[in-house]
Amino acid sequence: MFSYDELKGTADQRWKDLTQGDMPWIRVGTEMNGHAAGGFQVIDAIRSELGARNIAAYVDEVGTLGLSYAEPIVDVLKPGRRSRLLFRDVLVDDLPEIIDKYIVNDSVPGNKAFAYLGEEPIQGVPDLRTIPQYGMQQRVAMRNAGHIAPADIYQYIANDGYAALNKALFEIGADTVIEEMKASNLRGRGGAGFPTGLKWSFMVNSPGPIKYIACNCEEGDPGAFNDKAILESDPHTLLEGMLLAGFSTGASNGFVFIRHGHDGPIDRTERAIEQAYELGILGKNVMGSDFSFDIEVSLTGDSYVAGEETALMESIEGKRSMPRFKPPFPAAAGIWQKPTTINNVKTLAYAPQIILNGSEWFSGIGTEKSTGTAIACLTGHIAYPGIYEVPMGLTIGQVINTVGGGVPGGKSLKLLQTGGPLGGVLGPDSLDVKIDFDDMAAAGAIFGSGGLIVGNEDTSVVDLIRVLVTFCQYESCGKCFPCRLGMTQLLDIMERIARFEGKPEDLDVCERLGKTMQIGSLCAHGQLGFNPIKSALTHFISEFEEHLNERRDPTGRTSTKFFSPKATRPYSEDFREVQPLEVISSL
Amino acid sequence: MCQLERCRRTVCVLCFVKNFAIPGARDLTVANEDLRDRIRQAIKRQERPTVTVLSSLLATQDEFGYIPREAIEEIAVYTGASTNDVWGVASFYKNFQFTEPNEHVIEICWGPSCHIMGAPEIIEEAAEVLGIEGEGDSVDGKGTLRYNTCLGACARAPVISIDHQLYGRMTAKKAVEKIKSL
Repeated sequence: MFSYDELKGTADQRWKDLTQGDMPWIRVGTEMNGHAAGGFQVIDAIRSELGARNIAAYVDEVGTLGLSYAEPIVDVLKPGRRSRLLFRDVLVDDLPEIIDKYIVNDSVPGNKAFAYLGEEPIQGVPDLRTIPQYGMQQRVAMRNAGHIAPADIYQYIANDGYAALNKALFEIGADTVIEEMKASNLRGRGGAGFPTGLKWSFMVNSPGPIKYIACNCEEGDPGAFNDKAILESDPHTLLEGMLLAGFSTGASNGFVFIRHGHDGPIDRTERAIEQAYELGILGKNVMGSDFSFDIEVSLTGDSYVAGEETALMESIEGKRSMPRFKPPFPAAAGIWQKPTTINNVKTLAYAPQIILNGSEWFSGIGTEKSTGTAIACLTGHIAYPGIYEVPMGLTIGQVINTVGGGVPGGKSLKLLQTGGPLGGVLGPDSLDVKIDFDDMAAAGAIFGSGGLIVGNEDTSVVDLIRVLVTFCQYESCGKCFPCRLGMTQLLDIMERIARFEGKPEDLDVCERLGKTMQIGSLCAHGQLGFNPIKSALTHFISEFEEHLNERRDPTGRTSTKFFSPKATRPYSEDFREVQPLEVISSL
Repeated sequence: MCQLERCRRTVCVLCFVKNFAIPGARDLTVANEDLRDRIRQAIKRQERPTVTVLSSLLATQDEFGYIPREAIEEIAVYTGASTNDVWGVASFYKNFQFTEPNEHVIEICWGPSCHIMGAPEIIEEAAEVLGIEGEGDSVDGKGTLRYNTCLGACARAPVISIDHQLYGRMTAKKAVEKIKSL
């Protein structure tokens, strides 16, 4: 058992070794986007190149600075320097030059050097903070992402890690934590935007001793990857947030709920939990107080609906992830019928900074009703795709054009797909909408998980909507028939329209089905399942009409080929072939 | 893959009934002790405080790359659930496969980000080079093609994954080269 001061002392010493020691410190971005760009090959090559030259250095895998377009980023801090030099798009072949020129000889190699970060300018490269992709960010939940190694708990502690927990345990107490969370006006970042402080306060009076905190990192939304990025870049922030939630609500256990198959986030979170147990930050008597808390990773199979809070509880129990009826609400009867609070990764990741810096500091960021920052994942036809944490209240246009660099190739922006597959699409007139919960809702969109997919003028709306509807049909859990059957019908209709075989009454049928699904489904998957088509009909009705009346796509798409999993079955040859009655009679 | 040629869905109730519910049609409790030992070890090896049907299935999938029939029984015995319950969970989640995959598993994302960046061409050409139509196993036993709804690296779209190694900013040509070099 260590006290916070002992831990902090060790951590500061280690941080001093890293930043002011006599060995270079090399950090490589290996978050999932870095992984896809070849980050792990680069870090292996760095180790072998350094070994061949007999250079001693600290080499760490870190998360992401948000600049996914420039991955793999190699970040070198030389002894005696106060600034880090960043190299972008590094290939294994570039490494000998970088090591020979910069680490051995102290000259800046030309083509891959990207920017410097720190107080001391480096000749020939700009300051990273003057680049809008980094400079416009205000990083709260992702403050450590890309700067510290997720595998080293001491690097986190040296950067104010677990200070908020120490403050909560020994200075301010559980009630004040909840008061601060309420005063900060933090709203849940999972999509619904429910005030977090209020949610936590519901569980305080629930009977114990066993109560659960669940952290939702299912994140099945295509186009969103910020939860996984937080887990991969800085898992200890999440653990500290869960500890704060557990302490203030009197919970005994925590679950980090991650989708199976995303190895990076899973491995790093498991490693972080292990380290926290070793140092007595988790387990019995956290940091020597009388509060005990356990956290474990819970994995789920591929199911989008598992991200819904009651379905998540079913999945943790090991069953099929189908939503439950409410009430009883999770705060009364959740996982194994015990009181449960479920928060998104981002929501919990804000908690340590709110407790440490006070609610006033946090509510000063963003807008009055939506405080704090928004973590936007920009993908699609955009110059600089990445994960950008910006203050709430920026307009979508600012985020896309200034931070994201606009649509490349001289093309114009045609559509935006926000908030995951259920969020629907927006037209270019929505660029003035502010990113906050209320303005986005008023514009008919949801910010949801933070995914912003940009489509340029060549993107066929009907084609994209077909993908979204296919996704919704594929991922319907099947519990409520309006969703299960309605999605299948909607997909059949969309497939028909996209194949230029639509019938005149199709759009009316869509509307009717959508209404039924909204009324008759338990969870948001069915309730919002019609959203993609509804929003497309609002903004791009002419394209649908052209498909129906003139049998052509205004973007010039002629191919009707479409690849989707066999479990979706619109128009599929397979489905037509199957004749269930005959199969039964042959038994 | 379903046992009946005509119905090519992954899990089909009718085939399940035909294969398992009728005595003697195909015995689930085949004596295959080696396989069963490996399954039992895989289930026991999960070092987590909460062991459920789902976590045992995931452990089996990690070990074998698919869920053998015997695993359904072993998991039912281990967790105290019925084989029906285990089947219910196994057939619900889309990542569980019931036939052994080929040597290399190629996953291609078909989500909206990857779709508008050109995933359909990649899927088409990858399937062609493997000699299959859409999802499935190639005949030569080299590759298995699977679709994935999100591989988690959308900023590098389109993304494919070969044996859990992600590759971003793919084109059909690059993907085909990678598959050919396997």
